[in-house]
Amino acid sequence: MTSSMLFNITTFTYLISTVVFFAFLASKNKSLGLAGSFIAYAGLIVQTVAIALRWKESYDMGVGHAPMSNLYESIVFFSWTIVLLFAYIDMRYKYRIVGAFVVPFALLGMAWAQLGMNTGIEPLVPALQSNWLLYHVITCFLGYAAFAVACGISIMYLIKTAVEGNDSSAQAGGLMSLFPPLKVLDDLNYRSIMIGFPLLTLGIITGAAWANYAWGTYWSWDPKETWSLIVWFVYAAFLHARITKGWVGKRAAWLSVIGFAATIFCYLGVNLFLSGLHSYGSSKM
Amino acid sequence: MATTERNFTTIVWDLFCSLKLTLFLLISLALTSIIGTILPQGALPPEYVAQISPAKLQIYSKLGLFDMYHSWWFITLLYVFSLNLISCSIKRLPHVFKFISEPQFVLGEGQRNSFPLKKEISFSGAVEKANERLTEFLGKEFSSPVITEHNGEFHLFAQKTAWCRLGVYVVHFSILVIFVGAIIGSLAGYKGFVTIVEGSSINSFEGRSGQKIPLGFEVLCEKFSVEFYPTGSPKEFKSILTVTENGKPVPGYSQVKVIVNEPMTYKGITFYQSSYGQANEGGAHFISVTPRGGGIPEKLTVQEGVAVTLKDGTVFKLLEATQEVRQFAPGFSGPAARVEVMRKGAAPQTFIAFKNFPEVNAQRGDALIFGYEGTNAKQYTGLQVAKDPGVWVVWLGCTLMVIGLGIAFFMSHKRIWVVVTKGHARMYGNASKNQAAFQMQFEDISEKFHDIKI
Repeated sequence: MTSSMLFNITTFTYLISTVVFFAFLASKNKSLGLAGSFIAYAGLIVQTVAIALRWKESYDMGVGHAPMSNLYESIVFFSWTIVLLFAYIDMRYKYRIVGAFVVPFALLGMAWAQLGMNTGIEPLVPALQSNWLLYHVITCFLGYAAFAVACGISIMYLIKTAVEGNDSSAQAGGLMSLFPPLKVLDDLNYRSIMIGFPLLTLGIITGAAWANYAWGTYWSWDPKETWSLIVWFVYAAFLHARITKGWVGKRAAWLSVIGFAATIFCYLGVNLFLSGLHSYGSSKM
Repeated sequence: MATTERNFTTIVWDLFCSLKLTLFLLISLALTSIIGTILPQGALPPEYVAQISPAKLQIYSKLGLFDMYHSWWFITLLYVFSLNLISCSIKRLPHVFKFISEPQFVLGEGQRNSFPLKKEISFSGAVEKANERLTEFLGKEFSSPVITEHNGEFHLFAQKTAWCRLGVYVVHFSILVIFVGAIIGSLAGYKGFVTIVEGSSINSFEGRSGQKIPLGFEVLCEKFSVEFYPTGSPKEFKSILTVTENGKPVPGYSQVKVIVNEPMTYKGITFYQSSYGQANEGGAHFISVTPRGGGIPEKLTVQEGVAVTLKDGTVFKLLEATQEVRQFAPGFSGPAARVEVMRKGAAPQTFIAFKNFPEVNAQRGDALIFGYEGTNAKQYTGLQVAKDPGVWVVWLGCTLMVIGLGIAFFMSHKRIWVVVTKGHARMYGNASKNQAAFQMQFEDISEKFHDIKI
C-alpha cells in the first residue's frame, strides 16, 4: 500500500461523503446525515495514515521531510485540516448539516491535487530546509481551514436568510428546518473565525520569524506577505464589525465569505498570478 | 466661539474613538495593499517601463504607487490607525479598569431577570448560617465571595479571571509595539548586499540606496560550493567565511559555514547566503583537443567569449561554462562548457563539452574531439547583510499579540452571585464570553448547590 493509493481512496471517500450529505439535504433523512459524517471521518483516518506514510516514504527515498513542501502537499494538508475542523464542530455542536457545506471544500482540494498535480515526492530546496517550515505551514493551514469552515457556515446563513427573509413562517418545515437557527450559524461563524484568526496571526508571525532568520528581513512586502496581511485586515474588520451596530448577521456573513476569498487568493492566486519569494520553482535560494 | 471650538474637538475626538473609523481603516488598508501586489515595487524592470504609457507612469510615480508601502498616504493611514488604537484605548481602558477594580457586588433586579443562568433553593436555617455555608461552598467550588448587605438581602459575589477583559488591549498595545520596533529598525538598522570572490575579503558593503557602508571588520570568503540532488535540483549553497580584525582571524569566527537558513552574525551584523556566480576577471578555461584519428591531445587555455584559431584553421570559442551542468543538462554532472566550433569553410557548430563524460565528447565534433577541463576562474558568493536593532522589539510585540489574542478569545470573566434572603438563596451566573462552556460549569455547581443542607 502506497500513500498515493491511500490519497486516491481519501478523495473517493470525500466524494461519497459529499454525495451522501447532498442526499441528506434532499431527503432530510437523519441516518443519511450520520452516514455522511462517518464516511467523512473514515476519509480523515485514511488521509491521516496516508500523510504519515508519505512522510515515511520521503525518508525511505533519502530526502526526508514533512509532507508540506509544495503545492500538492499543502493542498492535501489543507483538505485534511478542513475535515478535522468539521469533525470538531460536528462532535462539539452536533450540527451535521454543516458537513454538506464544508466537506465539498475538502473534496475539491483533494480532487484537484490528485488529478491535476504532480504527486511525486521532491527533495527540499535549500530555502525550505528549516524547522520553521513545519510551524509556519501547520499554523497557516489550520487558520485557512477554520476560515473555510466559517465560509461554509456563512453561506448557510446567507441561504437561510434569503429563503426565510420573505416568509418567516416557512421555517416550520422544509429544508431550512435542517439548518441551525440563524443565531447559532452567526455564533458558529464567529467561533470558527475566533479559532482561525489567532492561528493566522501565528502563521504570519512564524513566517516573519523564518524570513528574518533566512533572509534578514521579517517583512519585505512580498505579495504573499501582503496578501496574508490583507486577509488579517479583513478578519480584524469582521471581529470589530461584530461589536458595531448594524454589522451583525448578513454583513458579517458577507465579510466572512470575502475573507475566505482573500484567503484562497493569498494561498493560490499569489502563486499562480503573482511572483515573489514564495515561488519555489525558480532558481532563487 | 468657545462652544464651537469644543464641539470641533469633541467631534474629532469622537471620530478617533469610533469603531466606524477602525472598520474604515482596516478595509482601506486591505484594499490599498492590493495595489502593491499588482504593480512592481522599487526599481522598475525596463520591460515594464517600455509597455506602460509615459502619462500613466508619471501619475503612478506621483502617487507613490511604485513604492506604495512607504508612500506618504499609506504611512498616513498607518499613523491614523495607530491614533485610532490609542484613542479607543484611552477612552475605554478607564472603564475596564473600574470594572475590574470595583466589581459589581450587588446584583440589581433587572439583571437578575436578564441572566439565563440561575438556580434557586429554599432553606429553613438562619440567614447568617446560610451565608457562612454558602461562602464556604463558593470558595470551594468557584472562588471566595464578598458579602454585601443591600436592602435586607445578602449578596455573595465571586468572580474569576476579571483581568482577562484586558486581553483586547494587550493585542492593541502589541500592534503599537510592533510599529515601534519597525521604526527603530528603519532608523538605526540597515540592509544591503555584498559579493565576495573566493579567497578575497571585504570590509564594507552596499546599502539599499547604493551607498557604501563600512563593516568595521573584514569578511573573507574561503570557499563557495553548490551541492545537487540526483534529480538536479539544488541541495545546498555553502559559503565558508572567516571574520578577521586587524588582519587576524577572530576566534570562533574562523571557517564558519553559512548556508541558506543558517546565517552568521558578528557584532550585530548578520550575513545571509543569497546568491552566487562566477567571478569574471582573469578566469581562464582549459580545453583539451584530441584528433579523432588518435594522437597527443592539445591543451588550450581560453577566455570566455574570445575566439581562438587552432593549427588546422578551425575557429574555437567558449560561449559559457558552468562548474555544475546538472540543472542545464539533466542526466549529466560536473563541469561543462558550451562551445562554438567553426571548421574552415563550414557552418559553425554549437555543443556542450563535458569534463566527466569523454565518451559523449567523442560523439561530437568532426576531426577534433573537444573536452572541457575546468577553469581557474573563481566563484563569488552573494550575501545579504542586515543589522536590525528593532527586531527584538518586533518579536516582543508579536509575543504580546499572541498572548493577548489567547486571553481575548479563549478566556472569559466569570461571575457568580448568590442572593440570600430569609428562607431563599438564588444563584446567578454570567460570563463575558463563551457562555456555552460556562453554562456547563454553572450547571455542575448548581447541582451541588441544590444538595446543600442549611
